[in-house]
Formats: sequence, structure tokens, C-alpha cells
Amino acid sequence: MSRFIDQIKIMLGAAPKKPEKVSENVQKIMFLKYEDKDRFVKEKLHARAHHEVSHKWRNRRWAVLLAVNLLFVFSFWLDIQLLEGALTASRFAGFHLIDLNSALQVMLAHKHIIVNLFIGTFTVFLIWVLLGGRSFCSWVCPYHLLAEWTEKLHLKLVEKKIVTDHEFHRGARTVFWLLFGLMAVVTGYTVFETLSPTGILSRALIYGPGLALGWVFLLLLFEIFWSRRAWCRYVCPIGLTYGAVGIISPLQITYHVEHCFHEGDCRKVCLVPHVLDVTVKGRADEEQIGLGPDCTRCGLCVDTCPTGALRFEVKGLSKLL
Amino acid sequence: MTESTPPQAPGGQPASRKPAMSLEKAQKARRKFLQSLGLTVGVSGLSLLGYIPLSDARPARLRPPGALDEADFLSSCIKCGQCVQVCPVQAIKLADITDGFGIGVPYIAARDQACDFSCDAVQCILACPTGALTYKKPEFMDARDGMKMAAAPILLAKEKDAEPTLNLKERIGVARLARPESCLAIQGKGFKGQARGASFEGMLRYMKVDRWKPIPVRDYSYETEICDLCEQACPIKGAITVKKGLDKDGKPKGLPVVHEPCVGCGVCEMVCPVEPAAIVIDAQAPWKA
Repeated sequence: MSRFIDQIKIMLGAAPKKPEKVSENVQKIMFLKYEDKDRFVKEKLHARAHHEVSHKWRNRRWAVLLAVNLLFVFSFWLDIQLLEGALTASRFAGFHLIDLNSALQVMLAHKHIIVNLFIGTFTVFLIWVLLGGRSFCSWVCPYHLLAEWTEKLHLKLVEKKIVTDHEFHRGARTVFWLLFGLMAVVTGYTVFETLSPTGILSRALIYGPGLALGWVFLLLLFEIFWSRRAWCRYVCPIGLTYGAVGIISPLQITYHVEHCFHEGDCRKVCLVPHVLDVTVKGRADEEQIGLGPDCTRCGLCVDTCPTGALRFEVKGLSKLL
Repeated sequence: MTESTPPQAPGGQPASRKPAMSLEKAQKARRKFLQSLGLTVGVSGLSLLGYIPLSDARPARLRPPGALDEADFLSSCIKCGQCVQVCPVQAIKLADITDGFGIGVPYIAARDQACDFSCDAVQCILACPTGALTYKKPEFMDARDGMKMAAAPILLAKEKDAEPTLNLKERIGVARLARPESCLAIQGKGFKGQARGASFEGMLRYMKVDRWKPIPVRDYSYETEICDLCEQACPIKGAITVKKGLDKDGKPKGLPVVHEPCVGCGVCEMVCPVEPAAIVIDAQAPWKA
């Protein structure tokens, strides 16, 4: 229970803490791991040598992301009418689907909820409870994909020491979430939608490009030259809304301390490295730990980990199988 | 810099066990906090720039049929474009970021492509998931004076059907003869040919050609002694007539007169053959007797 609450606090911006108590099993595992330093180093190098760099989950994810967005596009262009609308709200084979954050903004701004809006929102809520909350970000959001590509450029520039990453406080996103909610209530307009690159890109793909893409372009420039993945990390309220859904999601990435060499490769590729704080030596207090609600379930860490210490798992289901 | 953690908390409480933060670390934390504050203020400020196009004195947008009043419309629209997708003549467009808070909100540029109701049932209203376009306004939202239709508008195309009316309780605007001096009817002129020339891409349903399918306006050829294209094209029964008569020299002339059933669809503005159009829609405007 305390981890549950800690993980929510971390999502809202708190820094991860060292555990106060480490379970006996984990103590034993850590003792055995480091008992023989030479063996540990040898095993580590062995695991590295045999690690086939895989992009399995990344490729699957990109395929899904493109497929979903193209389904929107072709439903309109070719008049297939399977998935009509845009990411903010749509109809899949006639069933209403409404993005949770867009719905929230509309409800706060308009202060009147009709049945279809409620049904669509509830359906999408259920879907993302099952599929992992913030998996919306990495598996569906078109801005995520663009930002992922420009992130590579940013990292190259950092490597060449042309730019440095300026980190902001992660709590800023929580403040933004509250601010955008407040602005919607007070002004009566869906203020966030004006800047939302998710909505802008989705509409641009389906209905054709516009000047709004200029704003998305500026955001990407900001991320390339100033701050790595700044929008997703420090601003976007959509991420926090879906993060809240992910609190109760059974689908998550779990960490198995027994197989971990505590090298930190996973944290380097992660959009939200604070969820991987447990992989730091001495931070894990249980043998198996779910990464928590802020994890986008993107699978980059799963691909990167040479020892299989990080895995996709469905709570409850894995035990059954 | 005077920042350092006091070794003894005030009030005689036991000293915190945390080591005092180094000066460098404290400065770094401070800088990060200030930058984060800057980011928050900056992005929130940018988002509020969306107000500017609303307070601007530029003309109101013509919204799709069934739209709530402007402020309610902007707040309730979820910016998904499902209305765009169902429109058979693609009259509905989504606004760009230049509309501020109105980004992604549907509008109709009537001169380019008006709503001709060739969907028969106002499909855009059916498609709207949030009630921004609606057959029936919630009771707490009052209709402005002159917005409510006196009677359900009769769609000429459906006139002989069992249910000839459109389920539309309020108008979206009203037509107005804005440039009487350029109106062909008033000048006593007729019109022959394509209403808007050969390159015009707008569509319109011509009952004489096809009851179910709108065709390009350029594929239809008009021929009238006194121009009455607005009356010919109007999809609503009794919304506009071109009153024919004689001028003081005894020459025949016409005068377009807009009547109460006008819903503001914009078809008259689209087909008006003079440039710029003599008759235009005043978007979101009420009917004034």
C-alpha cells in the first residue's frame, strides 16, 4: 500500500526515495549477487556479450501507433468509416470513444455532460485501465512518435556537447494539469486544446495540415535544443490523466531484481526514468516490483535490458499461467 | 547567497538528520525551480493567447446547423471533426490555431461551400458526440431573440415526403442583401451560364438533376430573364423570394427579399454570380422583422 501511494507521489513530481526496509529475500539476493565480485563482473560481461540488441517492442509499438493513426486517416479519406473522428473523440464502428483529457476539459469548460459524452469517456476509461493508462502516450499519441525521433537528434547533439539537457521539476506537469483544469473552469474555454500537439497532429493528419503545425515544430525545436522530451515530461496533462488511469491497470512492466546488474541502461532510454529508480542498486525492496502509473509501457527498457530483468506482465494473469 | 539549512529547526525541535545542502546544490535546485516556474508561466501564458482571436472585432464564424451559441459552442466542442466527416458536400471546415480557443472547431465558409442540407437530416448534428451541435438545446440555455425559428423549416427537397421538415429549432445566421448596387436583379439583368464560373468547386443539390446527389455548381447552367439564382438555389421553403416588378422607367427588375424561414445556410451567398456576392450570410445573427 505504501508503495502504491509512493508511486502516485512520484508521478505527481516527488523524488523517489530509498526504501526504509528491504525484504529478507531481496537482502539474500543482493548478498549472493555481490558475494563474489569477480563472478559478478564475469556474469555481467557474459550477459552483455550475449545480448542481442532488439527493437522488438519499439517496432511493435511504432506499428501500432502508425496503424491507429492511419486508421483514422483512411477511415475518412477512403470513407471506410471504421474509426471516424480524431484522437480527441471518435467513433469505432459506431461506438463512441472520447479521449479522457479532452472530455475532462470539455466537461470543466462547458459544465454540462450529455449521455454520449459520458458513454464515450467511460468506454475509453475501461480500455485504458485494461491496456495500462499511459500506454496511450507511447502506443497511440502521434506527438510521442515525433518527439521520439527528434529525441535521437537531441541525444546526438548532447553527445557532441553542442547542447545540454535542461531538466525542469517534474512537479510542473501536476501544476499544469491543475492550471489547465482551472483555466477551463474559469474561462469557459478548452484552453489546453489550443496548444495540445496531440490534438493538432491528429487533426492535421486527418483533415490536412495548418498553421498549428508551426507550434508543434517549435515544441520539437525546444526539445532538440533545450530540454529532452520537455512536453511529455513536464507539461502534458494528457499524460497525467492517463497516468491516473494506469494506477489501477493490471498491465505493467515489472522489475525482477534477481536478474539485474544495476547498470542503468534502462534509465538512459526511458522517458520517465524516475519509475526505474528501483533498478538502482539498493532501491528495490521486493523481488518483483511493478513500475507504477507514470510508466508509459513503451517497452524501451524491456528491449534494452540484457538480462530480462524488466518484463511486460499482466497482474494476476502471470500467476495464473 | 544566504541559503543554508539551519542545523537546529526553530521551536526547539530536534535537529533534522539531513546534512545541510551544499551551496552549489542549493543554487542548482533554485535555478531548476525558477526555470520550472518560467516554463509554467510561459506555456500557460501562451495558451491564454487563444483569447485574442475571440475578443477580436473580426466577423463571427458561420457554424454548422444546430450549433449552440458561440461561447457554449467553443466550450462544448471537443474538436474531433466528426461533423466534417459526415457532410456530403464537405461544407464544414475546422478552424486553425489562428482562431485561438476556437482551434479545431467547425465552421462553414459559405461563399466557397454552403450547407445545402443535401444530407436531408442534418447529419453533423447526429455525429456530434458532445452536444455542441444539437437538435435540442438543454433547457437552461436560452435562445437569443430572433434565433428561434417560428416553425420547423421545410426542406424543399423533402416537401413531398411524410416528414418534410428539418429538425432545426434555431437558425445559424440570416441572409442579407449586403450589396444591393451589385445585385443583378435590382439592375434588371438576367443571368446565363455557370453561377460561379468553370473553376468553382462548390457542390449543390439540384432537384431537377438528382434528388439524392449534389453535383458541382459548375455542371449546372442557369438561364433567367431576371436573375433569381438565390431563390432558385435556396433549399428552404419560403426563405427568399425575388420580387419581380417594374422600375420607374417601366423596365422589369427584381428585388431579393429574405423571409423569416431563412436558417442561414449560405446557399444564396454561394451561388450569387457577382463578385463579391451581393447577398451574404450574417453568421450567428438573429432574424429581425
